[in-house]
Amino acid sequence: MTSATASNTASNTGSKSASKTASAPVLDVDALLADPATEIIVCCGSGGVGKTTTAAALGLRAAESGRRTVVLTIDPARRLAQSLGLTELDNTPREVHGIDTSAGGSLHAMMLDMKRTFDEVVIAHSEPDKAEQILANPFYQAVSSSFAGTQEYMAMEKLGQLKSSADDWDLIIVDTPPSRSALDFLDAPNRLGSFLDGRFIRLMTAPAKLSGRAGLKVFGFGVQLVSSTLTKILGGQMLQDLETFVSALETMFGGFRERADVTYRLLSQEGTAFIVVAAPERDALREASFFVDRLEADRMPLAGLVVNRIGQVAASGLTPAKALSVAEALDESGGPRSATNAAGVLRLHAALVKTAERQRELADRFTRAHPGIPVTHVPALSRDVHDLESLREVGNALAGA
Amino acid sequence: MTSSPAVPRSDVRLHIVTGKGGTGKTTVAAALALALAGHSQRVLLAEVEERQGISQTFDVPPLGPEETRVARTASGGEVVGLSVEPKRALMEYLQLFYKLGRAGRILEKFGAVDFATTIAPGVRDVLLIGRVYEANRRRLDGKHKGQGPPAYDALVLDAPPTGRIGRFLGVNSEVADLAKVGPIHSQSQSIMRLLTSTQAQVHFVTLLEEMPVQETLEAVAELREKGLHPGFVVVNMVREPLLDDAALEQARAGRLHRSSITNQLVEAGVKATPGLVDGLMTEARDHAHRVDLEREQLELLTASGLPIISLPALPEGAADSGSIRQLADLIATQGMV
Repeated sequence: MTSATASNTASNTGSKSASKTASAPVLDVDALLADPATEIIVCCGSGGVGKTTTAAALGLRAAESGRRTVVLTIDPARRLAQSLGLTELDNTPREVHGIDTSAGGSLHAMMLDMKRTFDEVVIAHSEPDKAEQILANPFYQAVSSSFAGTQEYMAMEKLGQLKSSADDWDLIIVDTPPSRSALDFLDAPNRLGSFLDGRFIRLMTAPAKLSGRAGLKVFGFGVQLVSSTLTKILGGQMLQDLETFVSALETMFGGFRERADVTYRLLSQEGTAFIVVAAPERDALREASFFVDRLEADRMPLAGLVVNRIGQVAASGLTPAKALSVAEALDESGGPRSATNAAGVLRLHAALVKTAERQRELADRFTRAHPGIPVTHVPALSRDVHDLESLREVGNALAGA
Repeated sequence: MTSSPAVPRSDVRLHIVTGKGGTGKTTVAAALALALAGHSQRVLLAEVEERQGISQTFDVPPLGPEETRVARTASGGEVVGLSVEPKRALMEYLQLFYKLGRAGRILEKFGAVDFATTIAPGVRDVLLIGRVYEANRRRLDGKHKGQGPPAYDALVLDAPPTGRIGRFLGVNSEVADLAKVGPIHSQSQSIMRLLTSTQAQVHFVTLLEEMPVQETLEAVAELREKGLHPGFVVVNMVREPLLDDAALEQARAGRLHRSSITNQLVEAGVKATPGLVDGLMTEARDHAHRVDLEREQLELLTASGLPIISLPALPEGAADSGSIRQLADLIATQGMV
C-alpha cells in the first residue's frame, strides 16, 4: 500500500484517541495525485468555495506530474474555462495546451452538457424509432434540458462514461454541480433507480403492460382513484404524455437500477477519493461537516478537506494590538505623509492578522469535531484565478509546496 | 460608494433574493425583511432550500412548515418565517385547490408524491414558488378572494443561488408549456403572471469578486429575457480600503516610501526588521491589487444600470439578530425599501 492510500484511509482513524489541541493530519495531495491507484477524485463542497478552481488546479498538477488526466467541470466561470481552453460547452474532453508534458502526462478538460448527455443515453439504449419518440416527448424535453436535478444525474452518467473509456485516462477529476443540497449528486442515481422500481412507475406503466381488469386487480381500488385524481390535476393530455415518458424511461433504463448501483459502487470503491472543499467561513465549514459526516456514513473514500482562500499575512512578528496602537499614535501625532501611510499599512496588517486568526480558529474547530481528517490550507491569492500560471500556484498551495 | 436614487417601490410586494453561494444571500434576505417590517408591515420571509438559514439568522428554533414569527420591530411590524417543504406544500396545495383529503394520502402511498417532489424535478420548484404565491394572495381573514386586507404587506423569498435562479423562476412557464390545459397549466400561468408583474422584483447579492459578479450579470440578463424584473444589486461584505488613494497608488507601484515608513515604525517603538517591513509592503501591494479588482467589478455592476446598495462585512463575519438589524437600517437608509 502506498502512502497515498494510507492518507486515503486516514479518515477511518477517527476512533484513535484525539488530542485536545486541533492538529489535523496533512492532506498529502501530491501522494494522492501520484498514486496510480487513485483513478477518480470528486471535489465537493457548498457553492462559492472554489470547487471548480480546486478541481482544475488538481488536474493541472496531476498532468504535470505525469498522469493522463481529464477534468469534468459542471459550470465553470467563463475566464477559468478559457484558461483551460474551453470555449464552448461541447461535452467532449478537449486537450489543454500550454502545460508541461515532460513527465509524460496530459490534461483534458470538458464542460458537461446535460441535455446532450441525456440524449446520448437515450440513443444508446433504445431502438431508433423508440429513441425518436422519447426525444420528441415534451416531458423528456423539459426534464433533459432545463429542470434542476438533471444535472446531478447527468454528471454521474458522464463520469460513468469517462470511466468506461478508462484506457484513455489515468485519473478523472470531477467537479460537482451547485446543488440545492450539496450531496444531491450522491443521491440522484439511487433516487432515480429506486423510483423506477417503485409503485408509482408500475402504476403509470400498468395500462401499457396490463390492460383491462387484470391490471387493475393487481393494484386494487386505489389505482382508479389515483388515475382519476391525476387526470383531474394534470389534465388528460399531460397524463398521456407523462405515461409515454415514464414507460419510455422504463424500457430505456431497463436496468437503470443496475446503472445507478454501478455509479454508486464506482464512487465508493478504493480508487475514488473525495475531497471536500470549504471556505474558511462558518457556513461553508458547517456544510463541509455535513459532507464529511455523510461521506463517512456512506463509507465513501474521503481523502480530506481543503480549506480554501485562507487570508495571508506576509509580515510576521507584529501583533494586531501593537499594530493598532502604533497606528493610533501615528495618527495622533499628525505627522507627515509617511506617518499616514505607515498608520494605514499597520491597520491593514492588523486586519489581515485578525482575519487569518479567525479563519484558522474556524478551521481548527472543524478539526476538533472531525479529528483524523487530513486537511490542507490554500492561501487566498491577491487576484482571481483564470490562467494556467495561477492554477499552478493554487496547485502548489494544495500540495503545501 | 454613493447610494443610488430611490426607485418608486410601493408597487413591489414580492422581493426575490438570489446570489452566488457564499455571498450572504440569506443574511441579506433577512435584513431586507426586517427593513420592510420597519414600516410597521407584516412581512413573510420564506426559504425554499430547507437549510434553516432563517432560524439560524434570527437565533430562533428551527422553522417548520408553519408560518412562525421570527422578529418584531419597534414600529409594530413583524417578520414571519417559513421554511417551505415540498411534500407538505404539495399536500396543502392538493387540499386547497382540489379538496383531496383521502386521495392525497393515496397519492402519497403510491409514491406519486415522491415523484412530484423529488423525481420530476420541475414540479418541486413549482410547488415551492406556489406556496409563496399562495401566501401572497391570502387575505388577513385566511381567504384567497375578496377585498380584505392582505395577510402580508410584503414577501421576501430567499431563493436558490444565481446558478439556478433562472431555471427556478422560469420553471412555471415551462410547466405551463408542458401542461397545455388543465389546472396545473392555469396555476403555473398565474404564478408566472405574478413573477413577471411589477409587483415582483429579483435582487442580487454579490461580493466584489469576479465570479459572483459574472454570475450576477448573467442572471440579470437571463431573468430580463424571461420577463422578470431585476431590482437592486446588493454588494455585500464591503470593506473600506485601509489606505487612501494616494497610498494605494504608491503601494501598487511598489513605491511606498520604505525608509520613511521604517522610521515612523521605529519612532513608535516597533522593532522594524527588514523582514517585517518587506512583509508590510507586500501586504500593502496585495491590498492595492484587491482594491483595484473590486473597483473593476463595481464598474461592471454599475454598467448593468441597476441601482446598487452596499453593506459592510459584519464584525467577526458572523450574522446574528443584532447585526441583522444593523444591516436592515443600512438597507432602509440606502433607499432599497
